[in-house]
Amino acid sequence: MTTLPNPIRDWFDRRGWEMHPHQREMLARAGAPCQLLIAPTGGGKTLAGFLPTLAELAEDPAPGLHTLYISPLKALAADIRRNLMTPIEETGLPIRVEDRTGDTPSSRKKRQRADPPHILLTTPESLALLTSYEDAPRIFAGLQRIVVDEIHALAESKRGDQLMLALARLSALRPGLRRVGLSATVEDPAAIARLLARHPDPCEIVEADPGPAPDIAMLDTEASPPWSGGGAAYSIPAVLEEVRRHRTTLIFHNTRAQAEIFFHNLWLANEEALPIGIHHGSLDRGQREKVEAAMVRGELRAIVCTGSLDLGIDWGDVDLVIQIGAPKNVKRLVQRIGRANHRYNAPSKARLVPANRFEVVECVAALEAVRAHDLDGEPRGPGPRDVLCQHILIAACAGPFDADTLFAEMTTAGAYAGLDRGAFDSCLDFCATGGYALRAYDQWQRLKQRPDGLWQLRDPRSAPRIRQNIGTIQDTDTLKVRWRGRGGAPLGEIEEGFAASLTQGDTFLIGGQIVRYEGLRELTVEVSRDAARKPKIATFNGTKFATSTQLSQRILRMFRQENWPELPQHTADWLALQREVSRLPRPDRLLIESFPHDGREQLVVYGFAGRNAQQTLGLLLTKRMEEEGLAPMGFVSTDYATLIWGLDAVTDPRPLFDLARLEAGLETWLAGNAVMKRTFRASATIAGLIERQVGGQRKSGRQATMSSDILYDTLLKYDPDHLLMRITHEEAMRGLVDFDRIREMCARVGDRVDLLRLSRVTPLAAPLFLEPGRVPIAGRADERLLEEEVTRLLDESGLAQIEA
Amino acid sequence: MNTQGFRFHGAALRALPSGALHWPDEALLVVSDLHLGKAARLSARGGAALPPYETRETLLRLEADLSATAARRVICLGDSFDAPGLDAVLPAADREAIARLQAGRDWTWIAGNHDPAPVTLGGTQAAEAWLGPLVFRHIATDDARGEVSGHYHPKARLRLRGRLLSRACFLLDDRRLILPAYGAYTGGLRTDDRTLCALMAEDARAILTGPSPAMIPMPRG
Repeated sequence: MTTLPNPIRDWFDRRGWEMHPHQREMLARAGAPCQLLIAPTGGGKTLAGFLPTLAELAEDPAPGLHTLYISPLKALAADIRRNLMTPIEETGLPIRVEDRTGDTPSSRKKRQRADPPHILLTTPESLALLTSYEDAPRIFAGLQRIVVDEIHALAESKRGDQLMLALARLSALRPGLRRVGLSATVEDPAAIARLLARHPDPCEIVEADPGPAPDIAMLDTEASPPWSGGGAAYSIPAVLEEVRRHRTTLIFHNTRAQAEIFFHNLWLANEEALPIGIHHGSLDRGQREKVEAAMVRGELRAIVCTGSLDLGIDWGDVDLVIQIGAPKNVKRLVQRIGRANHRYNAPSKARLVPANRFEVVECVAALEAVRAHDLDGEPRGPGPRDVLCQHILIAACAGPFDADTLFAEMTTAGAYAGLDRGAFDSCLDFCATGGYALRAYDQWQRLKQRPDGLWQLRDPRSAPRIRQNIGTIQDTDTLKVRWRGRGGAPLGEIEEGFAASLTQGDTFLIGGQIVRYEGLRELTVEVSRDAARKPKIATFNGTKFATSTQLSQRILRMFRQENWPELPQHTADWLALQREVSRLPRPDRLLIESFPHDGREQLVVYGFAGRNAQQTLGLLLTKRMEEEGLAPMGFVSTDYATLIWGLDAVTDPRPLFDLARLEAGLETWLAGNAVMKRTFRASATIAGLIERQVGGQRKSGRQATMSSDILYDTLLKYDPDHLLMRITHEEAMRGLVDFDRIREMCARVGDRVDLLRLSRVTPLAAPLFLEPGRVPIAGRADERLLEEEVTRLLDESGLAQIEA
Repeated sequence: MNTQGFRFHGAALRALPSGALHWPDEALLVVSDLHLGKAARLSARGGAALPPYETRETLLRLEADLSATAARRVICLGDSFDAPGLDAVLPAADREAIARLQAGRDWTWIAGNHDPAPVTLGGTQAAEAWLGPLVFRHIATDDARGEVSGHYHPKARLRLRGRLLSRACFLLDDRRLILPAYGAYTGGLRTDDRTLCALMAEDARAILTGPSPAMIPMPRG
């Protein structure tokens, strides 16, 4: 189809619109089995995806599901529905559009299954759930097209793998199904195309005009950024001034805690009471919706937000984006910048605000990369098998299945095209029996093979439990926060670990308010209002972005300069000071600093190997230190350094950095580690070994669920080759370990390791002390500390005398 | 092995790192809440098949404690099995391991809330057992005197220079002694929980399990 049907063309004409060239191209080639559109925000991307659907339905509005639209965000699905209703209502086309997400009432969900709309807008998780129903073939009977929005965001995570396995199922039900992907600017469109297309179908790539270059710069501030910290409070006056001068400003933060603190400080300084809201994933849904609605009505001048607003909700009049804190990743920065100004062919405007001086360097490096169109990205490996296990269970929920057919179906998903039969069979065995070396309790296996060879659930009670566990997003255990009193309004949620650290009277920030912890009641945190100005800070588990390799390299190159005219004076002075009291890291040497601080011995290793490799380095070094009796207590890593704290100082680093010994012990060292346990927990949950704790089930949680750490330890001891242990290893190697970069670092620095013993924290080390994500090391330090504490308690309580 | 010795109603007792209680004068070892077969119970209800190794792990710990203490008597304080009937379906190797541990020992299974029915294995079954000044039962009673029980899986949480550390623990006051759970797949109830705080006297103490068992005032949050 090359032309629009009359009602739609008339609608375009009435608005004085012309189709963009990429919209025309998408329409002309709408019969292709797979299309990928790369376009900047504001380029009419969503409409480009929907025009063929509207055109086809205008010609033949037969009832039944025609197009599935998948978005990574629930809010986006709802927003797109509102936007689609405009052309549909104004053209008078009899097209039914509905959304279906976790928030949709169950009565409407039921009706949608019986009588699906023409266009259904949903998320990967809700789609996976739909495919798990026995009536899936009937629901999807008329399906023609699938539109995957923001596919660049999905492609980076297991949500994308899950979605593609669900699409494989749909293509099996509907062989002629056409796929369309909509993506922001990315470094490797072909990789996304391979992920999207039904293997081995080709995928056509349409690239829209990227539009004018953005107007980006550092934000001018009167005050200098501090030595360390993530609050960026120094920038408040300058940020407020920008808010005043623009219609609507989005103020992005990298973590929820930082967003809360910044929002709080912004309001303390907001003398004109400019309407400014806050939006992040830990806030109560009702609160978030209120902010979104106010934003759409144009009532807010600014929103302090996190990645929760990264994706394409149309906020209308945003004309400035401010990024607080280092952007960490050039591609994400470019995409965030695109949030400002949704008018096509107008430059987006963005300002960067480094939170501390190290981030000044990173921001300048990132600006250079944006100007050079030098996007970063790491290729993704083959499809993860924990997601595969989940999909085998989903298939079993939908009805008895044939293993050969399911294997053939799953290998049509791009990421799983190379899956071999043995790997599939081990996943099936895991789903069926647990796949343990010890065969016990076969009478209770989860899937059973029938005499006719088909596999089915042994116990129908499994199905709801499996459905409840669908998804690949890892929530940390969180607790709801409410105002104290009967029917107290919900505020949001905080991590269980943070809640556990609170005692009555402690204050923290949530939704921009300082609240006082009153107590825990039926797994809800009860709070009251508090007039304090300084809260105890909430440790929300905000997304941590890893600084890309490419940015790290740019920074190291900058350090080699004699002076830094491109940096603000304060930052140049700071680097010069580091050079004076210690040294600046160099690409060809490894700088290690050692100093006492906070009652502990600190060791800083400037490997510039990227967060993951630095994390691994932390693991390996602490293990080595444990062996050397140096009682390490824990470590934290950033993209450029690892900070290790412990009871004793390191005086000779050479035995610690023997690469051969590091590598030889890698496997054993990893095995007992907290990072591996964390990886195991994620994979075991996705694969269905551990069940997510949902809502009301929490109360009986202690009985129904098992500590993932204990399961890990048991498998390590009795069944170390178990599928999940292999998956955990694979995942860790892929994501968290990144040992290649340690090898690369060791090759780069050779034996040129410089240990500097200093009396205090150095300028470059200071920011490390505020990094979240500290990994504790369970070892000798525990016993030593415990001994101290026991002695103290005995002395204090007088028990020492009694028991002697 | 590091142990923490203490006197309770005239009996000289030792808390072992594993959470077992040793009474040397009576050659007695007491363990509570083994929850054998927990993996099986959870799988049976339509959940995932969990690693079926927890019974083996728990029995190996018990074997180590029995040989270290040379105990001739064993009292299991209830919830030895995670559900009634599980004793009958344990893997053969695990059943044999239990039989080996029982050989030549005076073995008592106290009934728990998870396993009230008599078990199919050797040993005596009882609702409670008396030995000298002490009484052994599953759940603590209101008018306890010299009572040794289990059921609650107590664990203590301590803040150590900014680190939270959680350890299973014994709880002890003038009237009662509560044992930690011995089983490999068992969780715990924190000592600052309302129930435990109400149950134990003001001056109650906790004995932390782990490499060096140690007695501290019962942490109450």
